[in-house]
Amino acid sequence: MILGINEQFRDNWVLLQINGEIDMATGPELRQRIVQYVQEGHAHIILDLTNVDFIDSTGLGVLIGGLKRTRSNGGDLQCIGLSESLKEMFKLTGLDTVLTQEDT
Amino acid sequence: MTNGITLEIPAKAEYLSLVRAVVVCAAALDSGVEDQRLEDLRLAVSEATTNAIRSHANLGSEERITIRCGLTTDRIEVEVQDRGPGFNPDKLEPAGPLNQPERLNYEGGFGIPLMRVLADEIKINSADEGTTVQLVVYTPPSNDSSQTSMT
Repeated sequence: MILGINEQFRDNWVLLQINGEIDMATGPELRQRIVQYVQEGHAHIILDLTNVDFIDSTGLGVLIGGLKRTRSNGGDLQCIGLSESLKEMFKLTGLDTVLTQEDT
Repeated sequence: MTNGITLEIPAKAEYLSLVRAVVVCAAALDSGVEDQRLEDLRLAVSEATTNAIRSHANLGSEERITIRCGLTTDRIEVEVQDRGPGFNPDKLEPAGPLNQPERLNYEGGFGIPLMRVLADEIKINSADEGTTVQLVVYTPPSNDSSQTSMT
């Protein structure tokens, strides 16, 4: 399974459009990309999850790690384009209480 | 589980999406199952299989993970069996709520709690020679009295 990651730079934000499923197989790639952006000084990251129909707990771990990494470098990690099932999962795990989500 | 399918996979993350797809397709043969329950099953099976793959980290590559999925008139049962070193599920410490700042230092701790929420029943039998996780999702009664056979 391959994770598609398209990047766009907008003002001081990096917008990453993700395509695929985020799990134990693909999560490390996303984690590495987030680490790389923060190391390069881009600590404000938006993940567009419109084309992600599945995230498991490994994927949630990647988001939590990204959240900590961006915030500790003066930035933030936000998610947009969540499906109803992803919103429900964020609620179940409490991720909705710490991760900023936007509908668009 | 006399009616069902059995998968044996190498303990590699690349096989996770295959396991999810096969189990959900098999479960969807019961036309009475709601889409949301299939999504619940998809995630719960992924969590169980992920844990199984992790438990094989120090085993030889020939050791495989077995996933069995069976349908009866009122339930879908999935069993994920690994050969990794066991653990005591009763002694797992809750990782704490995410709104506590120190919780963000730990990326794990969601798998088993998610399975407990998503499945209607879960049993974890763990011993030194391996762990078996049994997940059950209830299905509404069907008008079709014949059971689906996938073997």
